[in-house]
Amino acid sequence: MSLALDIFSVLAISAGAFFFLAGTVGLLRFPDALTRLHALTKADNLGLGLVVLGLLPRADGALGALKLVVVWVLVLVAAGTVSQLIARVAQRVGPSP
Amino acid sequence: MTLAWAFDAILAATVLAVAAWTIVARETFAAVVGFVAYGLLLALVWVRLAAPDVALTEAAIGGGVTGVLLLGAAARLRGTAGVLVDERPGAAMRLVVGVLCGIVTAALAATVLLLPDPAPTLAPEAAANLTTTGVGNPITGVLMAFRALDTLLEKVVLVLALIGVWSLAPDRFWGGAPGPERRAQPDDALVFLARLLPPVGIVIGVYLLWVGADEPGGAFQGGALLAAMWLLAMMAGLATAPAVSERRLRLVLVAGPAVFLAIGLAGFALADAFLAYPEAYAKPLIIIIEVVKMLAVAATLGLLVMGPPERPPQR
Repeated sequence: MSLALDIFSVLAISAGAFFFLAGTVGLLRFPDALTRLHALTKADNLGLGLVVLGLLPRADGALGALKLVVVWVLVLVAAGTVSQLIARVAQRVGPSP
Repeated sequence: MTLAWAFDAILAATVLAVAAWTIVARETFAAVVGFVAYGLLLALVWVRLAAPDVALTEAAIGGGVTGVLLLGAAARLRGTAGVLVDERPGAAMRLVVGVLCGIVTAALAATVLLLPDPAPTLAPEAAANLTTTGVGNPITGVLMAFRALDTLLEKVVLVLALIGVWSLAPDRFWGGAPGPERRAQPDDALVFLARLLPPVGIVIGVYLLWVGADEPGGAFQGGALLAAMWLLAMMAGLATAPAVSERRLRLVLVAGPAVFLAIGLAGFALADAFLAYPEAYAKPLIIIIEVVKMLAVAATLGLLVMGPPERPPQR
């Protein structure tokens, strides 16, 4: 059972790390602000979500697990809002070179 | 063990790289963003050094509040960018500044590296006497009891800093409210965040204060969080910035150091020394000081970020 949980943790955290890597590559390579934001929000939402999912079985009791989930939800809310705000400015200013 | 070592090495290298980038960045805005990232990475360093109290403060103050202050400064300086380029100091001046900074850094590094082993410490004595304060977190014990004078002066400095910021106001705005007037736009994402986040943030801020007695946390970190929530509401236009002449506001600002000082002076009568607490009432007194301090810190930090009054007072 604990081996299965360990494998689950490793798989989920690795997948999360992959999304962070992909998001960073996208941030560096994509042509304009909106597509870069798209790449970045994938890292925040999916990457962090998968890392949290992988850490859940290792959390210190139900309260620790709840804290991890709350951290993820707060980051989702903040990242979602901030990317909306950046996108609005990007649209107003127009495409940057 | 080697994995932890590799993580620390990468972290240290990243901190140094971000610090260097912050200095060489040409644009003020980019440098500020670098500084915020530097503050957050430094918080991670403190976590690795097993100092979560310092990490919390660094993330809240070093990364958060100072970052917002610098962003505001960068926005104010935007119009003067051309002037600043003309006033760029000459090569000799920059060389002198660089050398002096280098000497200070080298001296600090030498001091840290040449510390005797084991380093001189008062930690065992602080831990041994912690029970007399009634709190369980040694950091809070040191801040509120053993070195309470430092903490008291820190609060006074915060109020002085705010007076300094306010005194930058032109005469016609004196007594008015800081920052431009903002109106909330209902479809704005910021308004959504400013409605959703403050209840959560206020609960976590109060929790940080309460848990500070026994675990990492405290009035400063909690106050910084409350200030952030207040600023969020003001930036979204949901809350109006108070006029700096408002009496209630000034009372809250002064209450932090004043209550601390009053309890400290009462220590002469009740416990034979300035800032000493009678042992039976140590914890309740510390909690009273911390609650008032948290509100004062929240108000002071929020108003520091809002800047000097920019609107004429309404009479």
